[in-house]
Order: sequence, then C-alpha cells, then structure tokens
Amino acid sequence: MEMNDKKVIMQGDKLAKVFGHGSGKVTAVEEVSFKFFEGEIASVIGESGSGKTTLAKILLGLLRPSSGNFSFRGKEVDMSSFKKRKAYWQDVQAIFQDPFSSFNQFYKVEKVLRDCLSLKGVKASRDENLGKMKEACRFVNMDFDELYNKYPFELSGGQMQRLMIARIFLLNPAFLIADEPTTMIDACSRSTVMDMLLKLKNDNNMAILFITHDIGLAYYISDTIYIMQHGRIIESGKAESIITGPRHPDTKKLLDDVPKLHESWGL
Amino acid sequence: MEETILDVRDLHTCYRTRLGETVHPVDGISLALNKGEVLGIAGESGCGKSTLALSLMGFYFPPLRFISGSIIIEDTDIMTLPYVRLRKDYLGKKIAYIPQSAMNALNPTGRVIGFFEDILTEHRKNTGRKQVRRIVEERFEMLRLPRRALNCYPNELSGGMKQRIIIAISTILDPDILIADEPTSALDVSSQRAAINMLLRLIKEGYVGSMIFITHELPLLRHVADNIMVMYAGKIMETGTMSDIIFNPIHPYSKALVSSIIVPEKGIKSISFPSIPGAPPNLKNRITGCRFADRCRYDTADCRLSDIPDREWNGRKYRCILDRRTLEGEYGNE
Repeated sequence: MEMNDKKVIMQGDKLAKVFGHGSGKVTAVEEVSFKFFEGEIASVIGESGSGKTTLAKILLGLLRPSSGNFSFRGKEVDMSSFKKRKAYWQDVQAIFQDPFSSFNQFYKVEKVLRDCLSLKGVKASRDENLGKMKEACRFVNMDFDELYNKYPFELSGGQMQRLMIARIFLLNPAFLIADEPTTMIDACSRSTVMDMLLKLKNDNNMAILFITHDIGLAYYISDTIYIMQHGRIIESGKAESIITGPRHPDTKKLLDDVPKLHESWGL
Repeated sequence: MEETILDVRDLHTCYRTRLGETVHPVDGISLALNKGEVLGIAGESGCGKSTLALSLMGFYFPPLRFISGSIIIEDTDIMTLPYVRLRKDYLGKKIAYIPQSAMNALNPTGRVIGFFEDILTEHRKNTGRKQVRRIVEERFEMLRLPRRALNCYPNELSGGMKQRIIIAISTILDPDILIADEPTSALDVSSQRAAINMLLRLIKEGYVGSMIFITHELPLLRHVADNIMVMYAGKIMETGTMSDIIFNPIHPYSKALVSSIIVPEKGIKSISFPSIPGAPPNLKNRITGCRFADRCRYDTADCRLSDIPDREWNGRKYRCILDRRTLEGEYGNE
C-alpha cells in the first residue's frame, strides 16, 4: 500500500485464530496483516464465514489470537488484567450486527447512556450529563425526552442501532469497530446509519473499521478496502481502485453479486 | 389481454393486542396480479408488508384478524370458503408462501426429505416414499441443488442453502401464486444471488405462475420485479412499473426511498443521503389524511384534512394531494 502521511492507529501482524483441534480444527483467521490509519474508514468485506467477525473480536480483545500480534497506537495491546482491558475499551469500541442483543434488557435508555459517561470517567454535574446525553440523541436524530424512560425492547431495530451510535458519540473512542451494523435494519435506516458513521469520522476524526458483506456500502463509506476470504486477505487497496479495477477473481465475484441500478445483474 | 389471477379488493386486517387495542397494518389495500407477473412490494420495516403477505394467504391466526375485503383467486373469493377447503385446495397449490427467517423455519429434528414427504403424501394421495424421493430429486436437479442435502438435518446446512431448500419446499406443489416475504434478508450477497436466481428459474420454467416479492431492498426489485408497489403505514403510496418507480418516482415517499439506495457505482461516494426525519406513525391510532404528511417535506395544511384519493397518470397510481407537475417542479428546484 502506498505511504500515507496519517498516523497508524491499529496495526496487525500475521494475526491468526484457530478454533478446535485435531480433525475438527478450523482456521478462522489466517496470517492477516493490516494497517489502519487515524481518521480513516477501512472496510473488511467477505462472505459469511470468511472470518470477518473473528477478526473484529480479536481486535476488541474478546478473543485471544492463536498467533501473531496487533498494536494500538504503536504499543502492543495488553489484555492481561481487567484494568488494562477497561483502559483499552475507552479507546476502542464496537457496534455489533444484532441490535436486539447488544443492550442489557434490564437497563433503560437513560442508564445505557449514563453508563457511557461513567465509563469515560468524567466527573460532571447532573445537568451537564443530561445536556451531553441530549446532544448525543440529537446527533442520531432522536428525542431524548421521548426515549429516556424506555427499555430497549420498546425500540425498533433502526432506533436501537442509532442509540448504539449515540453511545459511541458519548464515549468518543479513537477507534470504532462496526461489525455489520446495517444488516438487520431496513434500507432507509441503513443510509441514515451510514451517514452518521461518516459524520463521526469527519467531526470527531474517528478511525472506523467497517465490516460488511455488501461491497456497495463499503465503497460508499470507506477510504481503504480489505477483501477477506477463508480467513485470508486476498486483496486490499483504495476503495476507488478496488471498485473500478478489481484484480482478484473473488473480488470480481463479490462485486458482481451486488445488484446495481444501472447495470444488468446477469440473472 | 392480460389475465388476472389474484385480485385483492379493499383488504382490511388488524391485530388485536392483549390490551384490547387494534392495530391496522393493512388498511384498504387493493391490488391485481397478472399471470407471469412479478410484483414487488417495497417499504420500510413496520409498514405492513409482512402482514399483507400473511393476510393474502387467507390464513388468520390470533392476534391477526380479518376485517373486510376480498381476495379473489380464479373467480373465487377465498375469504368466503370454509377453512378446510381453503387449506386443502388453495394453500400450497394455488397460493404459497416463503417465510422470512431461513434460520428457524425448518424443524431441527427432521431430515430435509421429511418435509417434502409431509407435503406430498398429504396433498397427493397414493404417493409412496420412493415416488416422493424421485419427484424431489428431479426438482433438486432442475434447481441445481445438491442431492445430498436431502438427507441432512437443517443444522448441517448453511444459511443460504436453508433458504434455497425452503424455497424448494414452498414451491414443490407448483403454486400459481408465490408470496416471497423478504426471502433473502438474512443472506450475504452471494447466497442472495443464488436464491434469487432460483426463484426466477422457477418462474421461467413454469413451476410458479406469478410472484409477489416483498422486500425493502430496492436494488433487488430493480432486477426481479415487473411492477412495484410502495407501501407506507398500511396504505399503498404509489404503484407503477419497475423503471417508473426506481428511476422516476412521483410520490415524495417513493422519492425518499429511492434516494436511500446505496450501490457500488461510480459517483455514489459524492452523494449524501438525507434521512427521512421522524418515525413511521403508530398504526394503533386512526390517521386522517396523508400518513406520510408528518415526515414529508412538501406537506401542506390540507394534507391532514381528509383521506387522499389515488391519482392516476399514464398507467401509474399515486396517493398525494399535490399533482405530478407540482411535485416534479419541487424536485426540480432542489
């Protein structure tokens, strides 16, 4: 990849993850290396079962890689104690695929947002906190006064995913992992969520790792694209160059499989 | 002259909640489906698409209830038929349904061949197990599905394969009308293409007469549907041919839907996607006037006064208080 004057925020070196052993051994991620830059959106694209989510879990510290290592802001990530993990999670946060299971169902919306502020560790008055929570809700086009007393199950999928983004807005991490945030919500909310992610990048200079199987979404949102298959990265480069000139046959196939408006789909 | 095989007139259905409230997700829907036609129904979540699909099956179980209207298949209103006859003669043969969730539609304790056996031995008397296997194997060959899948349990299959098998099960009796309720929403792009390919092949080879395809993915409808209906809050907002709706929508809601499409084409990066403000209305409350008025950019005071009639132009129908010229003028100004 060409040189970039931006600072590297997350770097992986030959990461691998193997599940099981013996004959039931599955290599989910195989020798994956990457460099994510500050204030950039990078996308990882692949079919189901290509190891995208496993990679996300490794980067979040939820899974231990079988081999290889990754560093955040130049330092190798240390997950050995809860304190260190908590410190890491102040800088690295995630939005998951399924909004229905991302929230604690016993917590009201207000508690969800208030917890973000306490995780940040900022001491502020009640009114200041309230103002911040209202601002976060405004950021995602929601009304705090309408929502604060509701439980997550009272919200629609799109609303939950937007609430998740409101959380991210409050936490303001340096690196966000968005693991297929738009697959479970409908097309209208999808474009809204995409726009909010772009806004986070532009306003807060957040680096985002966007994981998806839809190359169209990835192209719209990202600066850099990584194509994954069977746990390996088979092609990577600038979004523009991958869409206009895919080199690997499987990238071409991924691109062909997405229905387009102005070209025939070859059915 | 095109032959209409499904004619729905002014269908009203409701959900009766535990607290005795009624919700009206299908509120006066009329549609006609011609032989060999693929009709797409588009709309966001919660607009009543899936309820419409269930209602069309004539198969009402609580909390869903039928209020009024008629569903006419070949000159027979299926809502006037006794339930036993409806089940025996219509469901599966005349009208079939593909459910949305591939992941949990199959009973995990049975082999795939068992589902086919259940259907075929019930609907075609004197069909033995060997015959069933022969029929199903032929069908699998035609659909290019692997034969070994027949002996698998559902948990041994991938999501895309499960969905394709559900499509095969739904269409094994060669229905005249197939209602596909978001058949690909849980799949990745490659499996989606395979499933769509299979559906279209079923129509092309004449196993399935016509199809109603329900989805929120407009790029899919672009390639699948002949005509598109845009639904919002229980009402049809606009009806037209595929190219009319996708490339030249009239109604402000269709316009907003179409402009939320993200496809990997040149120039998409420079577009910003304005979100539709607000949320769809609560269908518990009776709404007078246009249902989209609260979220519409072009709303006027008159929008909320009385029900908006359908306007017709050039074979298209749209439900808006403003006429086509005014709306096009407004779009042109932006």
